Amino acid sequence: MRLIRSHRFAALLLSLLAVMTPAALADARPGLKAGMFNPAYMAPDFSLPGSGGSDVTLAHYRGKIVLLTFGFTNCAAVCPTTLATLAQARHGLGKAADAVQVVYVTVDPARDSAARMREYLAAFDPTFVGATGSESALASVRQKYGVTAVKHGSGRDYVMAHTSSIFLIDRAGKLRALMPFGHDAADFVHDIRLLAQ
Amino acid sequence: MRAGLGKFLQSVADNKWHWLAALVLFAVIGGFGWAALAPIKVASHDQLFTIPHGTWARRMAGEKIEILPHTIRLTLGLNDVLLLKNADAVPHVFGPTLIMPGQSFSLPFAQASTYSFMCTAHANGQLNVIVDPAPAPGPERLRWRLAELTDTVWGLTRAEWHSHRGAS
Repeated sequence: MRLIRSHRFAALLLSLLAVMTPAALADARPGLKAGMFNPAYMAPDFSLPGSGGSDVTLAHYRGKIVLLTFGFTNCAAVCPTTLATLAQARHGLGKAADAVQVVYVTVDPARDSAARMREYLAAFDPTFVGATGSESALASVRQKYGVTAVKHGSGRDYVMAHTSSIFLIDRAGKLRALMPFGHDAADFVHDIRLLAQ
Repeated sequence: MRAGLGKFLQSVADNKWHWLAALVLFAVIGGFGWAALAPIKVASHDQLFTIPHGTWARRMAGEKIEILPHTIRLTLGLNDVLLLKNADAVPHVFGPTLIMPGQSFSLPFAQASTYSFMCTAHANGQLNVIVDPAPAPGPERLRWRLAELTDTVWGLTRAEWHSHRGAS
């Protein structure tokens, strides 16, 4: 009798645990990996001398997804990582990469000439476009995007502390999202595919 | 068949206190098991910060207003989306970005880590977001649920106390 009771007890306990032990399914929330703006407004446009010889405007790339980022070619860590990630993302997109344009706006016009930017960007991806200009014109663009750039040090080896996020602008020219620094290429591929839909 | 059922019911009646004790024990074990193992579901993952209307005007008047703390602590699976809303009439640099009037910006976090953003809204120019891992199944999740329960009970008790005090 005691054996039967203990079996009943065990069976009941097991069935309780079976009901209460969850299949811990991951919470699959849809959406971008980047931070999203709601509502999305038109990305502030600009016209700056480009690394390709002609002026760079966002309007020129309407119909493409623009990945806009700010930096300087003497940047030791953040910019090389960002640009390498974006190049990898374009590679990962395959044919769809034709509809993606990376625009890299300098925060250090004193050192970043159009020629210097062309040479620097070509090492990552020859399709990347750089934009430079006067200090005041670049400061105006930064202000429109809430980007900060602060000079540290003096002489030839100064560095620029700058906003490291990447702005995602859709085909219609709307600023849809902002990807903080540190995301990998797969996240960009994911978001670009979503924005392209 | 009828005799068998009658025998079973009789045995239940004979041992009803044992059964009651066993059921209470099962309920307690089941409750703790559920609390320790069941996935945590929350209605919203958003951790909201709002710039109230009139913030810019108050700042212009010399008032010091801190909306975002220097360090924000989030937990994966619970409040892992930083939601920033600008309810003011002018654009604001808020955390990692510029947010237009009436616009919101929601930034999801998928990895536990410490994130630093340049933020001109802060005196030191930086906003830190610390994202903690989700409470793991087992003692950690159990502790989290007990803490939540305690907070809820404590909150209700305080609300009750305040309403009584207000009434008297």
